[in-house]
Amino acid sequence: MKMILDMIRILGERFTGFIRYTGGLAVLTGQTLFWIPMPPFRRRQIFEQMSRIGVDSLPIVSLISLFTGMVLALQSAYQMQRFSAEMYIASLVAFSMCRELGPVLTALIVAGRVGASITAELGTMQVTEQIDALETLATNPIKYLVVPRFLALMIMLPLLTLYADIIGMAGGYIIGVYKLGISHAMYMKNTWHPLKCKDLFTGLIKSYFFAIIICIVACYEGMTAEGGAEGVGRSTTSSVVVSFILIIAWDCFFTALFYFVMR
Amino acid sequence: MIEIINLCKSFNGHAVLDNLNLNINTGETTVIIGRSGCGKSVLLKHIIGILRPDSGQVIVDGKDVTKMEEKELNALRLRFGMLFQGAALFDSLNVRGNVAFNMIEHMNSKPSEIDKAVKESLALVGLKGIEDKKPAELSGGMRKRVGLARAICIRPHIMLYDEPTTGVDPIMGDAVNDLIMELHNKLKITSIAVTHDMTSAYKIADRIAMLYNGKIIANGTPDEIKNTKDPIVRQFVTGAGKGPITEGIDFEHLV
Repeated sequence: MKMILDMIRILGERFTGFIRYTGGLAVLTGQTLFWIPMPPFRRRQIFEQMSRIGVDSLPIVSLISLFTGMVLALQSAYQMQRFSAEMYIASLVAFSMCRELGPVLTALIVAGRVGASITAELGTMQVTEQIDALETLATNPIKYLVVPRFLALMIMLPLLTLYADIIGMAGGYIIGVYKLGISHAMYMKNTWHPLKCKDLFTGLIKSYFFAIIICIVACYEGMTAEGGAEGVGRSTTSSVVVSFILIIAWDCFFTALFYFVMR
Repeated sequence: MIEIINLCKSFNGHAVLDNLNLNINTGETTVIIGRSGCGKSVLLKHIIGILRPDSGQVIVDGKDVTKMEEKELNALRLRFGMLFQGAALFDSLNVRGNVAFNMIEHMNSKPSEIDKAVKESLALVGLKGIEDKKPAELSGGMRKRVGLARAICIRPHIMLYDEPTTGVDPIMGDAVNDLIMELHNKLKITSIAVTHDMTSAYKIADRIAMLYNGKIIANGTPDEIKNTKDPIVRQFVTGAGKGPITEGIDFEHLV
């Protein structure tokens, strides 16, 4: 009997913890959206964050997208050669990169690189009372800390996604043209011809939502960190794990939505 | 005048402030003493409106801080200065950016005015020529002084000090005490300091109040507190290991 009661208690605690967490994320999203149009507009801070989030992520995004495009081309060549359909590799790489791999891989990279750093930075500020200090200096921490990061991510993640799409397709081109012997003209035709605006936009819409997920989760985890350096470490890990799960879950939801609604 | 009336605050079911009442007179330095973790910093955060109480009021110059909207609260906060225990300097800004934070954020001050105010504030705390340094390049004592310079940069009417001498060596601690007294004399401000350092409390206080079990159990001049008959206050101010505060706590295992 005691074991059953303990189990119910633990389940109840987990459930209320989950509700508190999702409620916290929702409240932070609402407060961030509320503060975006309020002056002052911190252009310098937004540009600084855009540089940290976007420009500094270019090397890792380039590397992973290029190799993903190459692997995708090689793996599909393995299957398609059986049906003598190698020329469709270009289309497959283009579709996969634009609709799925570009947005998801870029979001995962940014969540791991940028989301973790946002949580660590804000978490350190929280445990060293810097966020309290901001409030005593009559400055709203959400306006000062979250809004610039939110706007920077909303601008840079779709741009990085677009860049990843192109680099991934370039990876496919290298394998298709130089390894599988598809002609340049044929590869380019099969890349661009079947690709529609819709394919590009569905990927970009996903990346906007991923940007919201990464920023809100990272900032929430940072601003609620407690327990010194250990607590900051825990929050940083949690930020990356939660972001990854939410990105994959929302990707599944959007893919289904676009498949059934925007056919 | 600051009036704290029946202030209650609990964290996870544990009452930290329990119907606390305290009056702080304008122009005086009030020191709140008490054991570590007894809620002294929580009380300060209620006075400046960072924390909202479960019930009770904090009246500053006739207005209830606990009922204020963010805009009104921010206007009030510009009349406060607060020195945090660890200084809480912003790591991303240099000393100039930290000290002039309020001027940059809330006043349309010209760069020349900002430079002048930063130099003056740093001079008041005995520092110069460190405007371009980052907080990470400063020693603990210097960080505390820069924190103080930031708090006084726009000449507040009320100063809050959270453990001003904790984390610095005794000589620097005494220098910080002198600074607090000097600022109090020069700027004629109301000051509230929380500390468990009795040397500091006796030196800077006009009045000392003791917080124990969520309530103010003693309030008087430094001499009154020093000569109190209350066994709890007596044990705390003398730093005795045995007495009513530590009743039932066994320190034998520490020996």
